[in-house]
Amino acid sequence: MAKDELGETLHLVGTRPLRPDGLDKVTGRARYGADVSMPGMLWGAVVRSPHAHARIVKIDASKAEALPGVKAVVTRADFPEGLTGENWNLQENTMAGERALYDGHAVAAVAATSALRAQEAARLIEVEYEVLPHVIDVDDAIRPDAPVIREGAADATVPEGSPPNVARYIEFGHGDTEAGFAAADLVRERSYKTEATHQGYIEPHACLGQLGADGKGEMWVCTQGQWYIRQMCSSVLGLEAAQLRVTPSEIGGGFGGKTTIFMEPLSLALSRKAGGRPVKIVMTRSEVLRATGPTASASMDVKIGMTKDGMITAAHAEFRMQGGAFPGAPVDMALYCAFAPYKLPAAQHIGYDVLANRPKCAAYRAPGSPMGAFAVESLIDEMCRELGLDALEVRLKNAVKEGDRASYGPTFGSIGLVETLEAAKSHPNLAAPLGPNQGRGIASGFWFNHSGETSVSLAISEDGTVQVSVGTPDIGGSRASIALMTAETVGIPYEDVRVNVVETGALGVNEPTHGSRATFASGKAAVVAARQAIAEMCRRAAAEWGIDPEAVEWANGAAQPAGPNAGKFPPMGIEEIAAKMGSTGGPISGHHESVPEGAGASFGCHVVDVEVDPETGRTTVLRYLVVQDAGRAIHPSYVEGQFQGGAAQGIGWALNEAYIYGEDGRLQNAVFLDYRVPVASDLPMIDTQIVEVPNPGHPFGVRGVGETGITPPLPAIANAIEAAAGVRMRSLPMSPPKVLAAIRAAREG
Amino acid sequence: MVTVNLWSSLSRFTGGETAVEVEADTVAGVLDGLKAAYPGLAPILDTGVSVVIDGEMATGRHASVAGATEVFLMQRMKGG
Repeated sequence: MAKDELGETLHLVGTRPLRPDGLDKVTGRARYGADVSMPGMLWGAVVRSPHAHARIVKIDASKAEALPGVKAVVTRADFPEGLTGENWNLQENTMAGERALYDGHAVAAVAATSALRAQEAARLIEVEYEVLPHVIDVDDAIRPDAPVIREGAADATVPEGSPPNVARYIEFGHGDTEAGFAAADLVRERSYKTEATHQGYIEPHACLGQLGADGKGEMWVCTQGQWYIRQMCSSVLGLEAAQLRVTPSEIGGGFGGKTTIFMEPLSLALSRKAGGRPVKIVMTRSEVLRATGPTASASMDVKIGMTKDGMITAAHAEFRMQGGAFPGAPVDMALYCAFAPYKLPAAQHIGYDVLANRPKCAAYRAPGSPMGAFAVESLIDEMCRELGLDALEVRLKNAVKEGDRASYGPTFGSIGLVETLEAAKSHPNLAAPLGPNQGRGIASGFWFNHSGETSVSLAISEDGTVQVSVGTPDIGGSRASIALMTAETVGIPYEDVRVNVVETGALGVNEPTHGSRATFASGKAAVVAARQAIAEMCRRAAAEWGIDPEAVEWANGAAQPAGPNAGKFPPMGIEEIAAKMGSTGGPISGHHESVPEGAGASFGCHVVDVEVDPETGRTTVLRYLVVQDAGRAIHPSYVEGQFQGGAAQGIGWALNEAYIYGEDGRLQNAVFLDYRVPVASDLPMIDTQIVEVPNPGHPFGVRGVGETGITPPLPAIANAIEAAAGVRMRSLPMSPPKVLAAIRAAREG
Repeated sequence: MVTVNLWSSLSRFTGGETAVEVEADTVAGVLDGLKAAYPGLAPILDTGVSVVIDGEMATGRHASVAGATEVFLMQRMKGG
């Protein structure tokens, strides 16, 4: 689809109206997960393992149960048995069974009449442990003699004879890599490591659950996906899904970490045991960091062959990733994305998903892609330096285009990598002068983008305004973008559309807001639903005029005769049709449900300037540019916000963030004071440039933009640090002590 | 017949082949045909995979593969 096919007739798409949730958020009126309360409500508290790996010998809750105000205690004995696969993993992670598998693993929970009483009761629950050997680091965990996390965890993909903690294995590729390496002028192989990092959302997990003895329940919860919460809680507790009604709250960040369950089933189990009284659980920050999904950590070996003029001849990658004590590290996605920006004659990929005594990983913004990019984009930069080549020109020379075979197999459709690189190349930031100890780094990034199950309803109100019901919680501006697309389609003002994120009883199943899909999928469904409502309004007008519905067309928010032969009637506006709809056939609405086709992939290119203090090793980000293909920016401010947010999180991952475990396997930095995410004073204003190569799979050309932006910062900053300080950092985080040690090592030769 | 490209570690279950032919008109037919011909693939396919037809992710079991020039099996796509 050419961009000029889209742009000429749009009035609202591409504008920047006020956000619909702005006033609620700045006045404190927005209701987040912890804001919901109910009459008769109890408070829940969770007892968590202080050991990284331990057999649970005995749990004695008698002292807690004797405490006034305590209404229920639950352990694994209160959960159904016989679950398998991922349902078992979820249940085991919700509440430990025979063994605690990581520091912070839930082993019991209690409900009482106040939060303080619940916490006091939790302290009185006595758990006897037999401490077992543990393993934290992925390279230690993959050793044949590592402590075994779980016998029989390997699935059918794992070859016999593999180390015991390998849970999944993948290998794929194409072409003759040996011939490719032989044809190269330079072949380099390097190893890289990234640390597990947390999504770092501002709002801790919070829920209010109520479940009666009849199996009927309700939940109010902070989540990216209310239907996922419903399905997962139902599976873990043995409930019928339709009997559990889940309402999502406003959400204070998710980034993938709120697409699954943690303590939500505990509130329902406690409620059921407490006679159906609602139970509220709000995690502390320490609980969030110890027990909710960070991303995986990775150890990666990459080998690339390149000619002296910068053509890549072959590539090989072996990634080992741990995602905690359960299968699910995104090693497959990391490998799929790692070489995606490059057209490769030959490539081989090998991946291991490894278990370790850490919390069960959850999705985090483009799961796996940042790790793969760190390894590949760093090595590309290293080789460009060695060959004296311009890193941006080499990326352009090898860039994939429509019709090229992707490194992971299939052929690319419409993509905008070349346009993105060209836009970066001509941006003024690339010409900004650099001073002493300053350097510039460049890196590319990729994310597939996702479609997923989607259901949307739209209804015309009596005054001609429009309400849209979507099932995808708004974590990045989707209410505004869906309102814009709906208003554009119907031909009414943006302010006349209200988009509501609704509960599970109101629509068919929706996947969460994940995979950068909400504006794409819910937006596409809303456009179809709007067209249905328009068709019905045209029929109502035709009936009023006594002409055929086919002789009526819709323009500028009104029905009108399609041509002179249809008759002479003044346009009938949406207000007039809506005002009469009760007497012309009843409510007017539209509805669409599908798994939409055509989620277009998105590429990005980041350019960062840093200054490295040679005395302290501290890296200061001086200037940062995000260039990314958005297909079509429905609300450019939100698109820019997604670009900036991804970059900020990536900068934190690159420079500071890491889980620090002691020798005992306990997490030592489970508060934000010690787990340091970037704050505003750490960052410059992040510059953005939106590239628009429209996605032919969407009526307005949308590509998801939520995830690609976190992918390039890790290598871009490593590349800038080498340019500034002459040291190559191949292990994250690139914190001041590590950079300083590298500088001193380089000085000492 | 449609040629299905597998990720190479699945060749353990297909006699070393990474591209296999099955008689199928839809994604469901592809998956069922693979399981029938190579039973070792069944637990992996049942866990969930993505099927990419001519560069586009198939959106369901009823998606057509008739006339497709390229069919790839990939791990199930996820996102954050």
